[in-house]
Amino acid sequence: MTGHGNRTWAAVATGSTLLLGALWAFPLLWAVLTALKTEEQAVAQPVQWLPTTPTFTAFRDVLTLGDLPRWFLNSALTSLVITLATVVLAALAAYAFSQLQFRGKNILFWVFLAGIMVPFEALLIPLFRLMNDLGSVNTYAGIILPQIVSPVAVYVFKGFFDQVPKEIREAAVVDGASEWRILWNVFVPLSGTVLWAIGIVTFIAAWNNFLWPFIITTSPEMMTIPLGLTQVQDAYGLRFARTMATAVLGGLPVVLAYLIFQRRVTEGFLTVTGVKG
Amino acid sequence: MRDTIPPQARVQTGVPQATRRRTPGGPIALLMLAPFLIAYLLFFVFPIGRAVQLSLTQSSLTETGPFVGLTNYVQLAGDPDFWASVLHTGQFALYTVIPVTLLGMLMALAVNRLVRARNFAQALFFLPFVLPVSVVTLLWQWILNSSFGLVHNLFGTDIAWFGEPTTAMPMVALVTVWWTVGFNMLLFLAGLQNISREVYEAAQLDGAQGWTAFRTITWPLLWPVTTLVLTLQLISSLKIFAQVYILTGGGPFNSTQVVLQYMYNTAFQNLDAGYASAIAVAFFLIILLVSLMQAALLRGRS
Repeated sequence: MTGHGNRTWAAVATGSTLLLGALWAFPLLWAVLTALKTEEQAVAQPVQWLPTTPTFTAFRDVLTLGDLPRWFLNSALTSLVITLATVVLAALAAYAFSQLQFRGKNILFWVFLAGIMVPFEALLIPLFRLMNDLGSVNTYAGIILPQIVSPVAVYVFKGFFDQVPKEIREAAVVDGASEWRILWNVFVPLSGTVLWAIGIVTFIAAWNNFLWPFIITTSPEMMTIPLGLTQVQDAYGLRFARTMATAVLGGLPVVLAYLIFQRRVTEGFLTVTGVKG
Repeated sequence: MRDTIPPQARVQTGVPQATRRRTPGGPIALLMLAPFLIAYLLFFVFPIGRAVQLSLTQSSLTETGPFVGLTNYVQLAGDPDFWASVLHTGQFALYTVIPVTLLGMLMALAVNRLVRARNFAQALFFLPFVLPVSVVTLLWQWILNSSFGLVHNLFGTDIAWFGEPTTAMPMVALVTVWWTVGFNMLLFLAGLQNISREVYEAAQLDGAQGWTAFRTITWPLLWPVTTLVLTLQLISSLKIFAQVYILTGGGPFNSTQVVLQYMYNTAFQNLDAGYASAIAVAFFLIILLVSLMQAALLRGRS
């Protein structure tokens, strides 16, 4: 192949990749376009591709008329607490497993690794009963507690802590620093990338979790975004601009998180899957 | 987070000898482990035992009833609804696992060639994956709406895609492929980046280009990622619940009812937690069996 032919071929390949990408992401654009229309325009036949006079009426309506703001609050609150608790619990446990010596350490570590095999979905009934016994059905505690246990986060943290050179901890020990200080002042600052990775992936997973909030919430005002959004089609009926405005707003936080932290999000998923250490 | 299993992450349990003397460790280690361990025992280990125990009883959702031995399991073995739900779950896996793997690989190959527009193209394919399931279902319910949707407008169809026994499950699968494939693309992209330029350059000297280069270099070197993707996908497809529940409700005529939905209905609608727990245990065994089989199969091939 000639250099010129190569370049043409490369341009065609690039062009078709971008075209396919645009096509792939088109449903997202279509949701935004619909949300900016009036209800009449949204269902106009033949289809009106662009909103003739873009309007935020649908957005205003769903933010003032329904439970959407409340679901946002519930999702933000529970996701942030879950993320914080997961990271703190996992970092503490991983430090102990990685840096400290105690009897039964290896057995304990393997026992809890074996737990990764058990799918959360198989535990829904006993977890619901437990929450019921604790009086936590339809409460924030009920939504949050089962989601803070992440063996994978411990595993990833431990993998990182294991690779910190021994000398670093030894120097701190010689200086007379306590284990808590070493963890907080040495290991936590060192683990920036891993910390972000686990934090962002946990946040997105918590924000998007459907099954557990679905089981544990019983009233609309305790619902999180993924759950609440399933209610709106019934509530709005054939109001498609409103329905799409709700969908757009419901997806906005995670889309923004992705666009702002693109590199960290992808790194996070790769780290947690074990593709990248 | 809980869904992903890091099969390749390193575990070192080596004992740092030099610091052993200074760190009896016990009490502090216990304090540091306590918060996680308590949560783990309470919200994970205890429910595992409880699920097994409940499956041997005749219990309601909130009250533990009498011990009935293996009755629930015997009933389950002859329950046509259960086997139908297993079949539907398998159907869903069949419709999704290979497509998301192949498509993810193709996307990664296409995106990997790009230089300037690379991050942009990657974002276009990956974005659906970060969305909550209900945003995805709302979107597609709108696009596939039989009287006002985009597909109706473009092709003049008036099919209720999620309401026909022949189209319901394939459509749920299609929506799932759109939603999740970007994640596999990401894993394949990482795999492609691990293949060094020099391997291709050396192959090029031997005259290997295009398809030959893909078949002799890219494909074999991507195999570890491919097995990872297949494993993750198969297991996550067996856990299908939300998309089916929202899009079809298990219908029409129970034609899309999957295992987790059957378990959910049994426990939370029929309030038969004992029988539902037997379904849960069976569900766990299916996942375990499939993971073991797949692990053995993939190890044999590589």
